[in-house]
Amino acid sequence: MTKTWKELPEGGLITESGNAHQYETGDWRNLRPVHDQEKCINCLFCWIYCPDSAIIIKDGKVVGVDYAHCKGCGICARECPEKVKAIKMVDESECE
Amino acid sequence: MSTKELVARTGNEAMAEAMRQINPDVVAAYPITPATEIVQLFSSFVADGLVDTEFVTVESEHSAMSACVGASAAGARVMTGTSSQGLILMAEILYIAAGVRCPIILAEVNRALSSPINIHCDHSDTMSVRDSGWIQIFSENSQEAYDNMIQAVRIGEHMDVRLPVMVTTDGFIISHGLEAISMLEDKEVQDFIGPYKAAYSLLDVGKPITVGALDFTDFYFEHRRQTAQAMENGKKVILEVGREFGEKFGRSYGFFEGYKLEDAEIALVMLGSTAGTARVAVDKLREAGVKCGLLKLRVFRPFPAVELAEALKHLKAIAVMDRSDSLSTAGGPLFTEVRSALYDLPSRPAMVNYIYGLGGRDITVADLEGIYQELQRISGGGQIQKTLQYLGVRE
Ligand code: SF4
Ligand code: SF4
Repeated sequence: MTKTWKELPEGGLITESGNAHQYETGDWRNLRPVHDQEKCINCLFCWIYCPDSAIIIKDGKVVGVDYAHCKGCGICARECPEKVKAIKMVDESECE
Repeated sequence: MSTKELVARTGNEAMAEAMRQINPDVVAAYPITPATEIVQLFSSFVADGLVDTEFVTVESEHSAMSACVGASAAGARVMTGTSSQGLILMAEILYIAAGVRCPIILAEVNRALSSPINIHCDHSDTMSVRDSGWIQIFSENSQEAYDNMIQAVRIGEHMDVRLPVMVTTDGFIISHGLEAISMLEDKEVQDFIGPYKAAYSLLDVGKPITVGALDFTDFYFEHRRQTAQAMENGKKVILEVGREFGEKFGRSYGFFEGYKLEDAEIALVMLGSTAGTARVAVDKLREAGVKCGLLKLRVFRPFPAVELAEALKHLKAIAVMDRSDSLSTAGGPLFTEVRSALYDLPSRPAMVNYIYGLGGRDITVADLEGIYQELQRISGGGQIQKTLQYLGVRE
């Protein structure tokens, strides 16, 4: 269960670094970036531009999107090179 | 107990001297009448090398309190001073100081709020930030202002509390009134307050933290609940510190002080300097056989509701004196809270409210005698004609 007021650090302090990872923001999303492995040239523009570090990289290649943190801003799709366009923003209601 | 020679100090001088002896790490302040002198005197202590304080001059009270919060979050012992418009310009950051649990000490000189612009005493400024999460301690005179400043450090910095504290005096009446006070030795003050141990520090690179982060619906309430608990804990600490101060220096403090209250049938309840005037009225009427008394509230936040009810329960009639108006049309802030505190008593005293002294309007012994006479009439079975009355306004 989420911590009670007696257990939380006082004053709204965040007492460890990098713990934003524990806070899931993915349910704010209306549009979902869907990555096409076939089209992708792995330029990593999307990875550089994503404000939520939600592009998952393995061995220098994009392998997917961290949907628990991606807020659906669409920056990755926009920055993906014009000739490639390997990321499509799809309405969440159309995703299963 | 120390026996000290008396020295002549105004309220502002007494507060500045207390700050010198406390020797805080940081003072960030902006001048405003009638509190200017406090930080002006303190800046001369800094210039003369009498303190080790980093004195930060800023461009507004909003910035002053912001700098205080930053310094406090960095782990410093921090103090400032202000009044009136300055206090309400700080208001946004006052709430933040309490929320991030910075035990900043603020010397506040009570002054009316604009409009109309006025530089004289009433309690509107302090009352306007009563829900900000600051502990609020009122003083009757320079001696109390001095003693309260020193105790405030111990209260605010207590690990169970960690809340900011404002110590108030009444503008001009106390701030510029010269009185005989007994000061402690510098070392006595230092021994009493002890070294400051911050609960956290932004500058601790070995333990990185974030201060002032965003809370959504799932955490905000919990953090507010913590602050409410800190206030609750403050009640115990205020009493402990007041008792220890008395044991060491001969002047004890509690939530409030009664004057000829135990056997009284009628009483006034008030904050600040008017208590001195009321004592004279009580003495005069006692000589004439009137069983009257006085309760001077020292601590308004946290509000000692249970203790007040216990101290007032035997009375037949009470007049609560508000030196500010909530403009609710249902009474001043002190009245509504005192009356609420007495609600659970099996038999309640009759209660009336007087709004008085706004914008520094003088209040005399005769004014207060008049109120006691009205209370005598009410306690004798007379009807309350008006619960809320404005005392001393031209009708
Ligand atoms: S939509 Fe925005 S948050 Fe989601 S992966 Fe793309 S850039 Fe990152
Ligand atoms: S920007 Fe487009 S092409 Fe480049 S790595 Fe991302 S998805 Fe692939």
